[in-house]
Amino acid sequence: MIWVNDIVQGVLLGGLYALFACGLSLMFGVMKVINLAHGDLAVVAAYLAAGLVTVLHMPTALSILVSIPLFAIIGYVLWRTVLQASLNRSVLTTLLVTFGMSIVIENALQQFFSANSRSLSIGALATDHFNVGSQITVGYLDLAILIAAVVVLLGLQLFLSRTRQGRLIRAVADDREAAQLAGADYRHIFGIAAAIAFGTVAVAGTAYGVYTTFDPTTGTTQLLLLFAFEAVVIGGLGSLWGTLVGGILLGVVQDIGAQISTADLLLAGQLFFLLVLVIRPQGITGSRRTA
Amino acid sequence: MTGGPLLEVRDLTVHHGQLRALYEVSLSVGVGETYAMIGANGAGKSTLLRAIAGLDRPTSGSITLDGVDVTKLRPERRVASGIVLVPEGRRLFSSLTVAENLKVGASYARKGPWTISRVYELFDWMRDRRGQRADQLSGGEQQAVAIGRALVANPRLLLLDELSLGLAPAVVRRIYGILPELLATGVTVLLVEQDVSQALAVAARVHCLLEGRTTLEGEPAGLTPASIEAAYFGLAGPAGLPQERP
Amino acid sequence: MSARTRQPASVSAAGLAPGVRVTRSRRSAIWSGLGAIAVIAVLAYLPYRVYSGTTSLLVNFFILLILASMWNLLAGYTGLVSVGQQAFFGFGSYFVLIGALHGVDPFVGLPIAVVGCAALGLVVWWLLSRLRSGYFAIATWVVASVCYLIIIRYPSLGGGTGEFMPGLPNINIKYLDAYIYWTTLAVTAITLVCVYLVLRSRLGLELTAVRDDETGARSVGVRVGRAQLLVFVIAAAGCGAAGALEVISAPYLQPGPAFSVQWSAEMIFAVLIGGIGTIEGPIIGTIVFFALQQWLAHYGTWYFIVLGLIAISVAIWAPRGIWGLISDRLKLFPVGYWLWPAGQRLGPPEAAVAGEDAEQVT
Ligand SMILES: Nc1ncnc2c1ncn2[C@@H]1O[C@H](COP(=O)(O)OP(=O)(O)OP(=O)(O)O)[C@@H](O)[C@H]1O
Ligand SMILES: [Mg+2]
Repeated sequence: MIWVNDIVQGVLLGGLYALFACGLSLMFGVMKVINLAHGDLAVVAAYLAAGLVTVLHMPTALSILVSIPLFAIIGYVLWRTVLQASLNRSVLTTLLVTFGMSIVIENALQQFFSANSRSLSIGALATDHFNVGSQITVGYLDLAILIAAVVVLLGLQLFLSRTRQGRLIRAVADDREAAQLAGADYRHIFGIAAAIAFGTVAVAGTAYGVYTTFDPTTGTTQLLLLFAFEAVVIGGLGSLWGTLVGGILLGVVQDIGAQISTADLLLAGQLFFLLVLVIRPQGITGSRRTA
Repeated sequence: MTGGPLLEVRDLTVHHGQLRALYEVSLSVGVGETYAMIGANGAGKSTLLRAIAGLDRPTSGSITLDGVDVTKLRPERRVASGIVLVPEGRRLFSSLTVAENLKVGASYARKGPWTISRVYELFDWMRDRRGQRADQLSGGEQQAVAIGRALVANPRLLLLDELSLGLAPAVVRRIYGILPELLATGVTVLLVEQDVSQALAVAARVHCLLEGRTTLEGEPAGLTPASIEAAYFGLAGPAGLPQERP
Repeated sequence: MSARTRQPASVSAAGLAPGVRVTRSRRSAIWSGLGAIAVIAVLAYLPYRVYSGTTSLLVNFFILLILASMWNLLAGYTGLVSVGQQAFFGFGSYFVLIGALHGVDPFVGLPIAVVGCAALGLVVWWLLSRLRSGYFAIATWVVASVCYLIIIRYPSLGGGTGEFMPGLPNINIKYLDAYIYWTTLAVTAITLVCVYLVLRSRLGLELTAVRDDETGARSVGVRVGRAQLLVFVIAAAGCGAAGALEVISAPYLQPGPAFSVQWSAEMIFAVLIGGIGTIEGPIIGTIVFFALQQWLAHYGTWYFIVLGLIAISVAIWAPRGIWGLISDRLKLFPVGYWLWPAGQRLGPPEAAVAGEDAEQVT
């Protein structure tokens, strides 16, 4: 029965990856842009939450009420200034520019904050857990993060399928020129999609800060971007539920790897991703070739 | 209304990179008129329509709608002023349903007679299949949705690029059959058609392009088949052009 | 794009017209070559004149120059953006370390590391060759992370904490530094000559065709896969050489820094700022990089933040980089064809000033 618990833990870990992945998945799906600064932006969100907690004495959970809109604004402005301009050049330029942003953010964090690692506190919830049967342990925090991932994905899904803005986002993603012919300013619509994606990054970064410690280089050393991207690709591009499946699969594989030795947690996940990339680049749920 | 023509294109030159696709083309379309552009493949007809809709930037020349210069406006702003294009190859939002395609078309609509339910009346099959994904429709059905998506924006000037592309003759006839109903709501139509007889049948005036240059313009009644053929293929021009019949 | 694909036609047409010449390199290439030899001679003489602090700095400069040239060859001429070249850099270091731990002289280990990294490059290309654009970029990063995760499994190589490399010749530190400097200088010169020769070869022409229009190049018979494979392997070998030089010049090897994405950042920033897709770009970019690093040395990582911001701005608003701004005036190492219309003798025609050299078929 012990392996059932491993899988449960893997699923819970997958919730965190899925939460990280939804913003990346949205921007990739709509603008065909991979934001290589995604992981570092999440770390910025964690620092922002830490600042709100210490300066404004806000409870961590409530800090996202400030950080989500703030990140949304940053996302919109960044899109309308730098990112749209780089996409106008080429997709490769967006890669170079977001990679540059990633490195700049990381070094700026190092400049402004010490290299010491920090964490966000949410009191007893961080360690409390309940048991299912005699073998399975479920942490309240882990469960909360998984639920947050499901809620964010469900919210995105509903937004995209039910609202006028969501419909316009899907239309622009399908055919930018045709959307212009219907009167839509695709740059504005892209900006809105970026705003939403950045809003989810604020949630993911805060969740990560609560889940474990972070420091200025966490974005690249803890491979946050890579895990997010892997969840997107494993699940299949363009499918938000696929992203959840991808995150969970990645979490489970890592947890199985960790059973071999703790050091192999990451290696197992990376090798699994490369395997998927080589064998099934369209992902588990995808049907088209997208790579 | 100024009393002048609705659309006035003056000395329009458009380049695609190094290639010059239009050479100082001028035309004017009156209110309520049906105006047809004809010409062989690559003559520049789509380029002209795209330039009027704002998708292709002209190198020189001007475009005015009802006396207002729109040459510098972005395509989405031209929709607001009443220019709507049904692009070549339909270009539906393929992952959206029929109804969603129409809703997107209505997102930035001007006030006017056309609504989504009026489009459903125009194409009676459409209401029942509004939940279907656009990429599952047949070519003729897609063309109808593309027209509907343009109509719900309530255009003053409707640009139609090769409605008949890839469609069976019966389907083409049905599509063109709705033209009178559009005109009855006060829409002005500028259309591109490769099938010359079709163009002559529906348009009040035709305009022929050959390699980006105007070779003929006039009312169908005043044109002889020989003059049209000469303008279409450029028989007086350089030899070696394709001799296929329209 | 259409202009480029058109050009070969005009070249062959020009061949028929009397009085028109087509040349590969202009006479300036010879002068540039002589100049380069002079520069190398002066640089080689330096250890006799300056303190070893200066030569150590130059060693770092050359290592970055090698990395930048390799990344430029890959991204600038095949359009493949890798952010995982640190995989080869790190393995270059570790190959030398492994050899040294088994008694192989590190200077002998260097060529072995180069061959090893070329082989590794072959394997990685086999894995990733179907991927493009962002998929390729992230996959290279994942490969680098896998390399790191594999290395830290071996306690004999220092595991996660690092290992001192034994086996450097037991001589006066001054002479050792000079040897390291000369070795680095030689490897750098060889690398740059290789890049020049690759780009002058038929392969270089194919690469440019692929970069500008992959489908078009395929349709005229360019073996795209083979061209990209070759460049990827060369870039892997070059980055491996840089890694080997790094461990020889700083013999305490830690896996974290060796496989750090920071290396990718450095090469990318240098190339973008200098001018991507030119031979001269990485040289200029590396000089700017080091100048800024020295100038802002007292302000922590600010130099790197500034470099990053400049690189981002250049990529968006001046994508041909610093060299692009001056190259219309002169070309040190021309690798393209020059078309000389009949009766015209001097300099590129006016059209060349208008932007991309209109008369040059690169
Ligand atoms: N995006 C583009 N880039 C480069 N050249 C283009 C582009 N679009 C059109 N052209 C060229 O411009 C010329 C005019 O094309 P256009 O599409 O306007 O012709 P057309 O009359 O609509 O032809 P068809 O009847 O085949 O639709 C052609 O030579 C075409 O190859
Ligand atoms: Mg056309």
